[in-house]
Amino acid sequence: MVQTPEELLQILGPEGGLEGELPELDDEALRDLFVHMMRVRCVDQRMLKLQRAGRVGFVGTARGLEGAMIGSAAVLRPTDWLWSGLREGGAAVMRGLPLAEYVAQMYCNSNDTAKGRQMCNHFQHQGTNYPSWSSVIGTQVVHGVGAAYASKQRGEEAVHAVYFGDGATSSNGFHSGLNFAAVWDAPVVFVCVDNGWAISVPSSAQTAAESYAAKARAYGIPGVAVDGNDVLACYQAAQDAVERVRAGEGPSLIVLHTYRMLGHSSSDDPSKYRDDEEVAEWERLDPIDRYEAFLISKGVLNEGERETIEADLYTEIDAVIHEQEAADPMPLATLVEDVYESVPRHLKEQYNAFLSVAKRYGEAERGEGEFPL
Amino acid sequence: MANLTLLQAVNDGLKIAMREDPSVLVFGEDVGPKGGVFLATEGLTAEFGEERCFDTPLSEDGIIGAAIGMAMNGLRPVAEIQFQDFIFPAFDQIVSEAAKLRYRSGGQYTAPMVIRTPYGGGIRGGLYHSQSGEAYFCHTPGLKVVIPSTPHDAKGLLIASIQDPDPVLFLEPKALYRSVKGEVPEGSYSVELSTMRTAREGDDVTVFCYGAMVPVCEQAAESAAASGISVEVIDLRTLYPLDEEGVLAAARKTGRVVNVHEAPRFCGYGAELSAIIAEHAIEHMEAPIMRVTGFDTPFPNTLEHNYLPDHRRVLDAIERVHAF
Ligand SMILES: Cc1ncc(C[n+]2csc(CCOP(=O)(O)OP(=O)(O)O)c2C)c(N)n1
Ligand SMILES: [Mg+2]
Repeated sequence: MVQTPEELLQILGPEGGLEGELPELDDEALRDLFVHMMRVRCVDQRMLKLQRAGRVGFVGTARGLEGAMIGSAAVLRPTDWLWSGLREGGAAVMRGLPLAEYVAQMYCNSNDTAKGRQMCNHFQHQGTNYPSWSSVIGTQVVHGVGAAYASKQRGEEAVHAVYFGDGATSSNGFHSGLNFAAVWDAPVVFVCVDNGWAISVPSSAQTAAESYAAKARAYGIPGVAVDGNDVLACYQAAQDAVERVRAGEGPSLIVLHTYRMLGHSSSDDPSKYRDDEEVAEWERLDPIDRYEAFLISKGVLNEGERETIEADLYTEIDAVIHEQEAADPMPLATLVEDVYESVPRHLKEQYNAFLSVAKRYGEAERGEGEFPL
Repeated sequence: MANLTLLQAVNDGLKIAMREDPSVLVFGEDVGPKGGVFLATEGLTAEFGEERCFDTPLSEDGIIGAAIGMAMNGLRPVAEIQFQDFIFPAFDQIVSEAAKLRYRSGGQYTAPMVIRTPYGGGIRGGLYHSQSGEAYFCHTPGLKVVIPSTPHDAKGLLIASIQDPDPVLFLEPKALYRSVKGEVPEGSYSVELSTMRTAREGDDVTVFCYGAMVPVCEQAAESAAASGISVEVIDLRTLYPLDEEGVLAAARKTGRVVNVHEAPRFCGYGAELSAIIAEHAIEHMEAPIMRVTGFDTPFPNTLEHNYLPDHRRVLDAIERVHAF
């Protein structure tokens, strides 16, 4: 468990015992959180399996982070915005991103709402105000602040939850973002998911500040350190931060201290830079096991029910995967669309020239014909 | 001689330069114990210690800005940007600072440093792990821009870049990291900057290219040969400052030119080549100077194989300038 100078907000003990005050959640809501966390884990497992089978290119893993993302994002309304970093796809699914769209994005196939333009793990969902991150670490932090400014100016109630990693706190976007939000008193909750690593760089080497939460103080906003493997603590911290915003008290930072259990991505071998012992220590703090123990003790979940939930989730996920395997090839015209609102003449020409060469060699899979000039 | 991949040649070049000159140091994101995401810096921390090969916080602006200061004060930094796509947070430091330092100080202060970064498509990396941004930097007086395409040149050009008194952007074609292998001399040697290489001799058409497009153009030349067209393939190796005499001689030799790059066309490197040839050798030209390039769009993901110029698109252009 991380050591922070601040007291770590914690509601569940390491074994799942209730040590703090339970958030206002009824049994059904408590159980839902569990299912959402399980779904994140099962989807992750399936994606890794598909990656090994060569069906998807790249998986930004989420194992270990389920409590942090689900707990914190569960407090958001669909009208609020979630500005994601690298790993919040599971939170998007909880908030309404259809699993089929999630899988289509992983396949980068023709059902992908972004038309296969981004590499895997760059989800978006307009319906719940979830833009995709670009890949360029930290850039979304400032976008979230600008959009929050717009919400405020346009009289919308929306809260903007801006997610980023420990590594991203070194980016220019983090600095400008926190600074602007504080100066503008923008309706933002900054959610730093400190998962211990930025690829191979430990979060202890990313900053010499006394803690990540302490950074908030320098910008004039509160910073709260949270046990990121305690889904209820993450929920409560996000709830408090969101309420501050809704009460007009301004932005704040919550830091969810957790641990990236697997490699940075499916292409990373973490054994080159970290000890198994540290990983084993965090395995004991697994957010799902811990929460399961709590729910069983509270009588919300029965012994063995997790297995049933898991089996149901895999059935659901596998059906979606099956469906996405059969997607049509990507239309070739998407090569030149969406660069501008309409396809300019020079791009039509480039596309037509490409198509004529492709046709000559029998390669124009899905060219629906030339653009009329 | 050893038979190395381009990636191994880069690694070897770094080690040689660090052994030769204790002021050379390597840093960036994940270059230390992990050895870089492509493993280009593998073994450096083990051999040279953490003072000379180390990880930085996640800030390209910090990496390049600090490299400039180090270079101004007696070190020879070789900074890695993990993907060329992530160089833009440091654009200001490169364009406003590193490139202009010598000029603005009347030569009193300089920034002899190398920025190594993998560029280009071919790994299904989508629009932020695939870009070819060379044109932005070739438009920046004070910088040198180098792109190898063979293991031999990767090592020799890297050593030359590290020894160079000016800032060098060293773009590594990631698509070729492991796909090309070749003979690489042991020990130290350098390949002179601003000299092109004739990758293949020919008489009918000249193709100018660099980086990952070199093998593509060689393949196109091979196909053209089958239909009786003899193609000269020029690997530019240093984009800026360019070996203009070499380029003009190769253009005049055939009078038919095709410029190939994977970056977008508009204001791309091919435009500069076309302009230089048109200005100085138009009277030798038998056909319009053609370009085969990426589309004027961001880099795609699923359709990257359609976006990237392949040997067929290059062959098509060769045949057209030949038949003109
Ligand atoms: C500007 C920029 N530099 C480098 C990278 C390469 N990169 C991708 S993820 C990553 C580490 C991010 O760490 P963190 O912010 O802690 O997020 P995590 O991966 O742990 O979720 C790096 C260096 C990038 N995507 N963008
Ligand atoms: Mg991290």
